[in-house]
Amino acid sequence: MSPDLNVVGNSVGRSDGIGHVTGRTRYTADRSFPGMLHLKMVRSPLHHARIRGIDLSAAERVPGFVRALTARDVPHNCYTILGLIGVEPEEEFVLAEDRVRFKGEAIVAIVAETEAAALEAVSKVQLDLEELPAVFDVEEALEPGAPIVTHWGNNTFMFEGHPCRRVRLGDVEQAFQQADYIVEGVYNTSPIEHAPLETTGCIAVPEANGRYTVYTNTQALYFSLDNTAIILQVPGSQLHFVGGTVGGGFGGKVDVIVEPIATLAAMKTNRPVRYTYSRAEEMQVSSTRSAWRIYVKDGVTRDGHIIARKVTSYADSGAYSRQTPYALTKHAANAAGPYAIPNVAIDAYCVYTNRQPTSAMRGFGVTMASFALEVQMDKIAEKVGADPWTIRFINAYHDGDMKPHRKLVEDATLIETMQAAATRVGHELPDVFRSMTSAPRDAGHDGGRS
Amino acid sequence: MARLRGTGIAAVNYPTGMNLGGDPSQALIHATTSGSFVVSLSATDLGQGLKTVIGQIAAETLGVEFGEIVIDTADTDTGPHDMGTFASRATHRVGNAVIAAATEARQALLEVAAEELEAAVDDLEGDGHGNLLVKGVPTRSVRIAEIASMAQFKYGRTIAGRGAYMKPKSLVDPETGAMDPDSTEAHACTVAEVEVDTETGVVTVLSIRSAYEVGRQVNPALVQGQIAGGAWMGMSHALYETTAPYYPAVDHSPRDFSEYLMPGPLEMPEIECVVLEMPSSNGPYGVKGIGEMTANSPIPAIANAIYHATGVRFDDLPITPEKILRGLDAKRSGPS
Amino acid sequence: MASTIVAFELGGREVEVMVKPMTTLQSALRDQLGFTATKEGCRQGGCGSCTVLVNDEPMLSCLLPVEDVAGQRVTTLESLTPTQGLHPLQQAFLDANAFQCGYCTPGMTMLAQALLDHNPAPDRGDITQALTGNICRCTGYGPIVRAIEVAAQAMHAGEEGQPR
Ligand code: FES
Ligand code: FES
Repeated sequence: MSPDLNVVGNSVGRSDGIGHVTGRTRYTADRSFPGMLHLKMVRSPLHHARIRGIDLSAAERVPGFVRALTARDVPHNCYTILGLIGVEPEEEFVLAEDRVRFKGEAIVAIVAETEAAALEAVSKVQLDLEELPAVFDVEEALEPGAPIVTHWGNNTFMFEGHPCRRVRLGDVEQAFQQADYIVEGVYNTSPIEHAPLETTGCIAVPEANGRYTVYTNTQALYFSLDNTAIILQVPGSQLHFVGGTVGGGFGGKVDVIVEPIATLAAMKTNRPVRYTYSRAEEMQVSSTRSAWRIYVKDGVTRDGHIIARKVTSYADSGAYSRQTPYALTKHAANAAGPYAIPNVAIDAYCVYTNRQPTSAMRGFGVTMASFALEVQMDKIAEKVGADPWTIRFINAYHDGDMKPHRKLVEDATLIETMQAAATRVGHELPDVFRSMTSAPRDAGHDGGRS
Repeated sequence: MARLRGTGIAAVNYPTGMNLGGDPSQALIHATTSGSFVVSLSATDLGQGLKTVIGQIAAETLGVEFGEIVIDTADTDTGPHDMGTFASRATHRVGNAVIAAATEARQALLEVAAEELEAAVDDLEGDGHGNLLVKGVPTRSVRIAEIASMAQFKYGRTIAGRGAYMKPKSLVDPETGAMDPDSTEAHACTVAEVEVDTETGVVTVLSIRSAYEVGRQVNPALVQGQIAGGAWMGMSHALYETTAPYYPAVDHSPRDFSEYLMPGPLEMPEIECVVLEMPSSNGPYGVKGIGEMTANSPIPAIANAIYHATGVRFDDLPITPEKILRGLDAKRSGPS
Repeated sequence: MASTIVAFELGGREVEVMVKPMTTLQSALRDQLGFTATKEGCRQGGCGSCTVLVNDEPMLSCLLPVEDVAGQRVTTLESLTPTQGLHPLQQAFLDANAFQCGYCTPGMTMLAQALLDHNPAPDRGDITQALTGNICRCTGYGPIVRAIEVAAQAMHAGEEGQPR
């Protein structure tokens, strides 16, 4: 702890600790309101289908059924949550209109007196669906003739006129010519569920003053409120969002999935409405971390310096992009890793498939880049006959270096961190690496480059 | 059949605080009659301890004890705007907003104290423990709690502050990708040690040892908690987790925790870390942040350790026992 | 289907709930009695967040029809909490930061209590073995295991200190 600080730097106890150990911390699902209704969703059983008809008649006869909501009931039936910060196009529906694009897509919301009644009514809704061909692989989705998931005719998100987020520095092709070695790798990662122990959920409650209080475990209260106001076409002043401790987020609760439809149901029924994901919905319907395929091609000199790096990444966005385009941009800014590489070309694609949609998750666009690049570093080390530490030290970025996205490096501490790790595990580093620092190269340290 | 051991390393950066959408945070602070300070926010605590570290930052700036801070958050009727708790932004962004609000509130506090002590504002200083003193005159001091009460009842003044922090939205050049999308970079280096059972394909992670550099730590115990939890999650991503099934089609995705695999307490390795503190220039008290990054470096470190143990590269996650066995088989039968 | 009245002991007090057949103990506790310390991470036996003690044995309350506990003794985290201060397990969890989001904490605590009832001096292997059915997505388990070790020692020391 710094001597001039009194509180910052101290391991004071958690202010919510007593609540956690006594079970008094109140999570969203711990709330209950008199007359509360339960909302359950009719979901697509198919990965890709045209909706020809919906028959609610049998569901309406289930005892306890209160009402059904379909696309027609949603004032602005659009779920494109990044629309709030100007990301286009609008592509996802709150409730499906004429087509479903992933298995589990919401079609009809059923509101009932009890959860059991809601589930029973859901099971009685008759869907007339025409199955369409589906695609589940990012590169297959880009081939001519692939089933088209989006409504604009191809399966890529467009970044200001480009089908991918591009980063360009120097001239990689020319540098590949000069390289002594070319090292290539292809890295695949599976989609991953956030699996918070508390599932995503909310309760929308009509208040005496005509407003609606929405108790929610969102990670982003205003983001949820603003998007709900847009979808329901009501002034934000009509909404009051209350969060609290979230029972695990990891990025999954940044999506605004449950609040708009629960609030709409509360408006239509004038009763409190609870909409909470079951564990199966959390697993199979909520957003996941994207599956990634990352191609890395590096041009390396005989002594192990990386002089060119080309990265082509495909993030499987699933049926809708949600926060994934944002992840691709963050990915592109970090896809060269913490290394000083003079020639870099990055193409990062956000590709639509018929998988469940993907969105933010811990490490957003960077986690899987780190996996690919750090395995790649070991392959380079092997190729040039260096050890894994050496290859990282000689390529590590320093303050003042130019990153591929043309931001100067500041706060670089990779070298110091590696030194500390080596010490921790008892790995003897040569003097040249032990005395290296992340200081700017012109400050007298040449970073091991001669 | 054998148990093969290997060691792997990985070194990573992690950018904290994103501003691709602007992403601001705001805070309001006011003093109560008893001299406690209410910090109003709308940022939510995901379990990482946001309310605790923000309380620490507020207490530090105001010069009061941690116990005098009340965090009132996650209510849009009382808390000012916040973009949300994600992208390793909360400690950095909300912390900076709280420093701004606390600085303004402290100024209001000093003005009342100056009047009461008949001194100039510039002549006052805090002891960091709830007292204000006239510099060089230790006998002339007053409790902040008293000033807070007097402000209400004697002087009719507010002791309050507003704070906002925003790094303006970064536009991205669509041709070159030039952008400034984050605030600072934290770093980590992880060394993983594994044992691979060549008969079952099971990988046992023996240890995950890391060094982290995360700027100033507001609460070292909570940083340790992030590192331990993240190491587990990274190991889980590396070896276990997938919603895309192995067999035979996408329809067979897991529905619950018996089908979605994660390591349990029995599988947990030794987790150790050292934490370096090299304060950032723009974080609150030099904070960089550690929210997301702790799951990152363990993944490639484990993958590299498996290669070191087996001589076979596994470039597809998760590296399941099935993939290990197939990879070992392929190696045994040699290049065809 | 007709509802029935089921009576059981909850934290030393007699309670009655009127339930439809197959109502779970979890639902009776949370939805009818307002005892929400018992969590619901999955409601299908996969996470352990709903662990309670029935006659001192750990049970997943989401899988247990409330009729099955008629006349039995049910203990939840609410009833583990003493009038003043904290139970040694709670204190140890607090001191070790054995939680982040806290959602698994009630189930972990009840499971730990059951373990210590059976085995007052568990070693690390006993503890990790006992916890295998309970999921924590945040902590990596290490802090939880350490908290239980510390609590076991504290409870052991406490007992030895008591006059016999
Ligand atoms: S809620 Fe009972 S085991 Fe998950
Ligand atoms: S503390 Fe979040 S699940 Fe354990």
